[in-house]
Amino acid sequence: MDFQLSDDQRALRAGVRELLAGRFGRDRMRVALDDGTGVDRALWRELGEAGFFALRLPEAEGGVGLGLPEAVLLFEEAGRSLLPGPLIATHLAAGPVKGAAQGETVVAVLDPGQPVAHLGEADALLVLGPGNGPRESGAAPADVTPVRDAATPVRSMDPFTPLWRVADPVEAGEPLPGGGRLRDEGALLAAAEQLGSAARTTEMAVQHAGEREQFGSPIGSFQAVKHLCAGMLVRAELARCAVYAAAVTADPVEIAGAKLLADDAAVRNARDCLQVHGGMGFTWEADVHLHLKRAWLRSGQWLTAAAAEEVLAGDLC
Amino acid sequence: MDLAYTQEEQEFRARLREWLAVVLPGLPPKPRPDDWPGRRAYDTAWQRMLYDAGYAGLHWPVDAGGRGATPTQHLIFLEETEKAGAPYVGANFVGLLHAGPTIAAEGTSEQRARWLPPVLSGDEIWCQGFSEPDAGSDLAALRTRAVRDGDHYVVSGSKIWTSHAEVADWCELLVRTDPAAPKHRGITWLAMEMDAPGVTVRPLRTLAGSTEFAEMFLDEVRVPVSHRVGAENDGWRVTMVTLSFERGTAFVGEVVACRRTLDALAAEARRGGRWDDPVLRRRLGRLNAEFRALWRLTQWNVSEAQRAGAGGVPGTGGSVFKLRYSHARQELYEAAAEVLGADSADLDREWVLDRLSSLSYTIAAGTSQIQRNIVAERILGLPKGR
Repeated sequence: MDFQLSDDQRALRAGVRELLAGRFGRDRMRVALDDGTGVDRALWRELGEAGFFALRLPEAEGGVGLGLPEAVLLFEEAGRSLLPGPLIATHLAAGPVKGAAQGETVVAVLDPGQPVAHLGEADALLVLGPGNGPRESGAAPADVTPVRDAATPVRSMDPFTPLWRVADPVEAGEPLPGGGRLRDEGALLAAAEQLGSAARTTEMAVQHAGEREQFGSPIGSFQAVKHLCAGMLVRAELARCAVYAAAVTADPVEIAGAKLLADDAAVRNARDCLQVHGGMGFTWEADVHLHLKRAWLRSGQWLTAAAAEEVLAGDLC
Repeated sequence: MDLAYTQEEQEFRARLREWLAVVLPGLPPKPRPDDWPGRRAYDTAWQRMLYDAGYAGLHWPVDAGGRGATPTQHLIFLEETEKAGAPYVGANFVGLLHAGPTIAAEGTSEQRARWLPPVLSGDEIWCQGFSEPDAGSDLAALRTRAVRDGDHYVVSGSKIWTSHAEVADWCELLVRTDPAAPKHRGITWLAMEMDAPGVTVRPLRTLAGSTEFAEMFLDEVRVPVSHRVGAENDGWRVTMVTLSFERGTAFVGEVVACRRTLDALAAEARRGGRWDDPVLRRRLGRLNAEFRALWRLTQWNVSEAQRAGAGGVPGTGGSVFKLRYSHARQELYEAAAEVLGADSADLDREWVLDRLSSLSYTIAAGTSQIQRNIVAERILGLPKGR
């Protein structure tokens, strides 16, 4: 047993972090925020070329041939950098949906009853099957145009994630082979994004606490602030072990636990980070609110806390 | 990232399971919590069985009499013994997890030869004389003094929260040997015989009703200088070695036990018709996520220690674990009380005493507040407070 990152995995993570820092660093992120754009097509194609979407496709099909643990590392980095767009849906659709693997096609996902993210920019649509638990669910492709024509835009809380309300039932095609796994895998990748966000807000809080002075000392020397930061690290590290283990086992119960803990870590860490930032944290200028809004959104996607807890309860004998 | 066990590790697990299946049915029944002589006999008998079968001091280095097992093998040992319902390490706790590893790491060859074999065989029991009435979380504020008199230290003062003091043969004792030095610098680590003249032990009753620990009064107790481990006034560093052992490995078996308890709670809720209550069901589901993740965190820390090499002292990851685990354990027994409902006040019902005992977890072995300071300062690098 060696439950640590391999050298290759470390290199992969470092490579993606470098790519995202170069193409979607803080300045670029703030410009994208002001421009109100969702999906940057050029960046999408660059991600495609880097193997972000085709990571788990076999090499014979033009993919990279890696597995869920590696995908989790990529999505953790995406979560850290607040990278917008339907990344998970496009990654899951790579292979069955033409152009997704290369980043030429933007694929949105429809989970019945939930608003659809990035529907206006999507070239293709993936429809998740019914069922509260991840075990029963399937997924099928659908034609995006009629769905978009009948949908109404929602004024989204997350400025990076445009949302659409879809009222009518959607006619989907033949379920994808292995589609039952997609809700599980989507939940795991969303958990990985939450983990990246939770780790990032911990860093942001620690940096601010070390620099900001009040009463003649850095606020990080006060136990009240110090203990908030320690709590953030503990949440992020527990979520990390849960997410990585779920990526190795791909077990639905373990994935449900990972999503539950990672949602908690992302939301509560963003809240605590905001608190550490004081009044600055409540402004549009600070990035904290962007992490919190995205974390709230992701908590309601793929697998909610209620559904995850039921899966985990069902596992007890 | 890999959670698969090697062929060798799987064989180790299989042999251990076979042995446990043979020896456990022959164990005598557990003594009552207040029967100290009975508890000592029971715990040391189990230690002797481990010793005879070659499982004693599994993770200790070979030159200290141990088996030099890898951290992963140690993890398997703790997991399997707990799953099989084997006795807890009990009265041997301090010797095996604190004093022994400290002597192995810091002691002279004479000291290792004198003290380590009887710890492994269960022939001698150790207790821990660290905390004092005015030096608990602020351990370095300890005041028990030791004054040199020829070949002896003469020790006077008092200690508190001393587990197993009533049956211990030896005490790992922290004393102040240089009152003028800064508080971390003037401390020395001594091995003191518990039957030495001047040692008085007074049991303390816990809120759970039993006498888990004691006060200890030291009145001019003479301790040979040869019983000092490490240099004079270097006891703080020696102690940090001890504490990191405590936080690194002490709770591994307990996570396995908590997962078993959670399964039993679900079964009890089903029997009692409470399973239809979605609030209770979801609460147990969330605890399942918690203890599964704590087990994964354990595997993460063990893998990290294994990469760091044999004999590696567990790192600050132990503080991350202890913070979350001690809280989760308390939540587990709060959920148990909900499952028990009207029976939650009945001390004869399973889990009721555990609920009381769980209150100590956020206090003992460094309070949660101290652990948060450790995480914030040593892992996150935040400035020291005043």
